[in-house]
Amino acid sequence: MLPMIRVSGLHKSFVMHAQGDLALPVLANVALSVHPGECLALVGPSGAGKSTLLRSLYGNYRPQSGSIQVRHREDWVELVAAEPRVVLDVRRHTMGFVSQFLRVIPRVGAVDVVAEPMVRLGASLEEARRKAEFLLGLLGIPERLWQLPPATFSGGEQQRVNIARSLIADYPILLLDEPTASLDQANRDGVIDLIRQRRDSGTAIVGIFHDTAVRDAIATRTHNVALPSASPGATA
Amino acid sequence: MSGPLLSARNVTKRFGSRVACRGVSFDLWPGEVLGVVGESGSGKTTLLNCLAGRMTPDDGSVTYETASAGVVDVHRLSEARRRLLARTEWGFVNQDAREGLRMGVSAGANIGERLMAIGARHYGNIRQTASDWLERVEIEADRLDDRPATYSGGMRQRLQIARNLVSEPRLVFMDEPTGGLDVSVQARLLDLLRGLVDRFHLSAVLVTHDLGVARLLTHRLMVMQGGEVVEEGLTDQVLDDPQHAYTQMLVASILPV
Repeated sequence: MLPMIRVSGLHKSFVMHAQGDLALPVLANVALSVHPGECLALVGPSGAGKSTLLRSLYGNYRPQSGSIQVRHREDWVELVAAEPRVVLDVRRHTMGFVSQFLRVIPRVGAVDVVAEPMVRLGASLEEARRKAEFLLGLLGIPERLWQLPPATFSGGEQQRVNIARSLIADYPILLLDEPTASLDQANRDGVIDLIRQRRDSGTAIVGIFHDTAVRDAIATRTHNVALPSASPGATA
Repeated sequence: MSGPLLSARNVTKRFGSRVACRGVSFDLWPGEVLGVVGESGSGKTTLLNCLAGRMTPDDGSVTYETASAGVVDVHRLSEARRRLLARTEWGFVNQDAREGLRMGVSAGANIGERLMAIGARHYGNIRQTASDWLERVEIEADRLDDRPATYSGGMRQRLQIARNLVSEPRLVFMDEPTGGLDVSVQARLLDLLRGLVDRFHLSAVLVTHDLGVARLLTHRLMVMQGGEVVEEGLTDQVLDDPQHAYTQMLVASILPV
């Protein structure tokens, strides 16, 4: 079976111009691949570059060199140095991302925040809203909140809105950055179940799970992430 | 897939010995919203005016793929054809709504004028469409016969947007569309613009100095400093992983709320 993601020779450093062009190498020579139905957990101490790697996979951070290829519409697409419209098309059809925080849109109700990715894929607003309400219900968001903008929701509620938004479109690839970080036990179990269902139906998943119980419940493999051993220092 | 809608190549404009913008090149694809960000005096508005044919660049070219007549060089068109293009296939939203509206005629006439420019003749239909658009931009239909001079700043800006979008343009140029408005009025306008961009699959070039506005409305960004593009990319790439010293400074200067 072909992988959904294959990464090789990936390098990423941050250059801080305000600090005398201080260069911080974070990823060096990263290689990995993820198959359908697999969940790869990125593990390593905090600050080791797990989020940087995950954001690079989403095309959010820009690596200096190397290759990130994803299976998109039956073809391999290279994401390193890809044109914006290529990355956007991959995000629209192939790859979802659950971040720890919801980026709130002024005045848009929770149900429409969740429905949006499905509408963008061509579904009718009614159909998308039905599925959005189903997911919000499944994730335990009280019905009285569905029409309200999530700006005033609690952290856990916002995170579940975020998860619903990323699950509504059935992406073949899901990237998860601490999807259960601010959830209580019952809601955490619900989210774990939903993600496992996606994994078992063939979604390729890469995630960061601080909670080892969550990781054990979802991940099928781990990938160690560590900072490059060369000591970071200022460069010209 | 067809080609880009708008292509700029090496667009350069000087005022006397001062360079306002230099060597700007990009392709805008259908459905894309391109943001141009930078501080005052970075050349954003000059670039926008050159793209929209309102100013003639000293060097470089701007080409546009028309709906039916193939690709045209914006600056080689006759003045009459360029005006026709501006009234039919394009929209231009000014920062100051008073410059984009006719202040002496009613709101309905401001919207209807664009419809008549594309051939609408039936008065009843024009009035109905104008009224529908007022509602779409959240202005009560009973303000249809009032002149924009009696509108608040936020209402005027929404009217200007209705006037521009009523003819269903393929490409919209926007110069600081939320500049000078109260924050709550801004949020409403942003939400409205965002909905309209999605719903009508608009392609747009949006000039703003507000990175929050750029985050919400644009797909791609070009960062300008001293008349030149110093960085470009997907909007979230540029804002979350800025590479150029100037972009890093801009992003670091945002006040957290």
